[in-house]
Amino acid sequence: MKTYTRKQRELKKNLVGWLLVAPSLAFMTCFTVWPIFRSIYLSLTKYRMGMAKPEWIGFENYMNLFQSSLFWKVMGNTLFFALITIVPSMVVGLFLATIVNRKSRLTGFVRTAYFYPVIMPMIAIASIWMFIYMAKNGLWDQFLVSLGRKPMNVLSSKKTVLPAMAVMYVWKEAGYLMVFFLSGIQSISEEVNEAARIDGAGSWTIFRRITLPLLAPTFLFVSTIALTNSFKLVDHVVIMTEGAPNNASTLLLYYIYQQGFTNFNYGVSSALTTVMLLLLMVVALPRFLSQDKKIHYN
Amino acid sequence: MRKKIALLTAASLLASVVALSGCGGGGAAPTQAAGGAEKTEAKAESADAGSDSKEALHLTFYYPVNVGGSAAQLIENLCNDFNAENPDIVVEPVYTGNYDDTVTKLQTAVQGGTPPEVFVSLATQRFTMASTGMAMPLDDLIAADPDGQEYIDDFLPGFMEDSYVDGQIYSIPFQRSTMVMFYNKDAFKEVGLDPEKPPTTWDEVVEYGQKLTNDNRYGVGLALNSGSAQWAFTGFCLQNSENGENLMTEDGKAVMFDTPGNIEALQFWLDLQNKYEIMAPGIVQWTDLPTQFLAGEVAMIYHTTGNMANISQNAEFEFGTCFLPGGKRQAAPTGGGNFYISNGLSEDRVQAAWKFIRFMTEPERAAQWSLDTGYVATRQTCFETDLMKNYYEELPQAKVAYEQIDIAKPELTTYNAAEIWRILNDNIQSAVVGDATPEEALKAAQEQATEVLAEYQ
Repeated sequence: MKTYTRKQRELKKNLVGWLLVAPSLAFMTCFTVWPIFRSIYLSLTKYRMGMAKPEWIGFENYMNLFQSSLFWKVMGNTLFFALITIVPSMVVGLFLATIVNRKSRLTGFVRTAYFYPVIMPMIAIASIWMFIYMAKNGLWDQFLVSLGRKPMNVLSSKKTVLPAMAVMYVWKEAGYLMVFFLSGIQSISEEVNEAARIDGAGSWTIFRRITLPLLAPTFLFVSTIALTNSFKLVDHVVIMTEGAPNNASTLLLYYIYQQGFTNFNYGVSSALTTVMLLLLMVVALPRFLSQDKKIHYN
Repeated sequence: MRKKIALLTAASLLASVVALSGCGGGGAAPTQAAGGAEKTEAKAESADAGSDSKEALHLTFYYPVNVGGSAAQLIENLCNDFNAENPDIVVEPVYTGNYDDTVTKLQTAVQGGTPPEVFVSLATQRFTMASTGMAMPLDDLIAADPDGQEYIDDFLPGFMEDSYVDGQIYSIPFQRSTMVMFYNKDAFKEVGLDPEKPPTTWDEVVEYGQKLTNDNRYGVGLALNSGSAQWAFTGFCLQNSENGENLMTEDGKAVMFDTPGNIEALQFWLDLQNKYEIMAPGIVQWTDLPTQFLAGEVAMIYHTTGNMANISQNAEFEFGTCFLPGGKRQAAPTGGGNFYISNGLSEDRVQAAWKFIRFMTEPERAAQWSLDTGYVATRQTCFETDLMKNYYEELPQAKVAYEQIDIAKPELTTYNAAEIWRILNDNIQSAVVGDATPEEALKAAQEQATEVLAEYQ
């Protein structure tokens, strides 16, 4: 048997490692890394349908966007939508998790029921909720009429369209976040709770003083997921409003889609994509860098 | 151990080679691969189909379906008929979603180097099709065809009007529609209006609307969602313009959104909602409007003739149709899709594509297509067929659309049509939801559209 030097052995070990990740690396390069750089390149060009080649224009696309009031409106919508969906869906998700954590004969059924909206495609959910939000004949407006109020036609008013979509989204998302909270809660040792109970702590105190702090890593994870998810939404806008009224419900991703696939303005849509990429990085990075240290992992 | 590593190495190398080979060439490559696969498949199929058609030309035909019902099945049948009649040509129909999806797929196919030979797209897309070189001018084909000029002259002028780009014909009318008013005759009787005398002017719309409106019913219904508002708005602007000018110049390079007549037209919409309160406030969706009409919740609606079949089958009351009521004059917008032939095809393919278009637009076939779908038949000779005569006898409401074509004009059609539509729609909505006055909204629309069209000046 041939003996290897230490260096050779290390090299071999590394080679195996590289080979093991090679398939995923190849796919990542093809479908993530390459498109990112391609988008960044296209964002610096003028490129519309029918043009044979992209034409280099530097930062003009960005300058135009930053001066366009529509762009800022869309950014505002996106942040507003994130704001009004993340916190509620986390609160509801945590609440659902504490409910389904109790042992009862119905636990399995209840867990499935809460998780059910998650597995449904957004397209289907949006179509179903259209029946709720439909003007006059929808469930919500009919409910208002039965109370003797005027129908609201929520999707056609700039004040109510995003909150209405947010309600739907929270309904869908809460079940998803519930699963993370549930696993978080169940990983908390029963002994800690028992010790607290012996010391005479009530269930609210236990929840506030033990469960919540020990859930901190889950919170970090869930809030990042919820935030990035809320930026990645487009299906329901297409189905429900197409951005109406007057772009009050146009979210960033829908705006990108519209620029790219309705107006065939690839340069502008790439610039928007790059903005979104940066936004997501800005949102995700500090959370991972700073908050990581303050959290107790058990 | 070593064997295992070798195996693993081989496997992962293979995987990465496969993955990378799909990657080269950037964005266009995957579509090219997909398009290529489709074509080979099609070819393989036909080789099986029969040895007598070895030389058969394969044409791909993209078509959208924008109305309910079985339009897709009808198109498949028509293509089968064509293939049976022409053993040397095989047309493969490909359903491509709605009009927007079709343009997206078309664009992808063009980038991949495998455009369909024939496709149906909105008449309003013709400037884009011409300027991007996706479609070819058809004048030479028409000139070479023995009865080419006769054929073109047979199309209703109202439809043929929006086939031209810079004096050249780029498209042939196929599934065309116009906007008519549907009204509830029972509701008219109920409030003491003559059901045979629908409104003919805006003033009458208001007068009748006020009579027809009660706690459970609005007098007038208009769909103001994005993609529909601009169509109805074209109609109202035509009705209110000084000399019947449209919203754009004929060359599609400029728009006239902020004329006093148009501002009045938009003000009239707001008045229907806010001043007279005879139309639902806010934005009613295009697809909800017929449902509300059928439920008796709105007495007069502006909608497409494409809904004729739906309404005549489902109305539990007597309904009528009429020309759109006029402001300064009566007028209506046309809409719908035309045939195009892709640019850069070999001569035999162009000829085959032209043959296919002629086949699809033969009078009998165009008449049947109109009956089955609710679109307006496109040629004068269609209306001399027994098919059409019987249909109008059975459903006289359908005839209004045909008669109205004489006073109809093309809908908003420009370069970068989709973007210009969006600009007009957004600004109309901003007036409807109260963000801007009609004047501010249309001035803003004018400004934004002019900026987009600047490069074509």
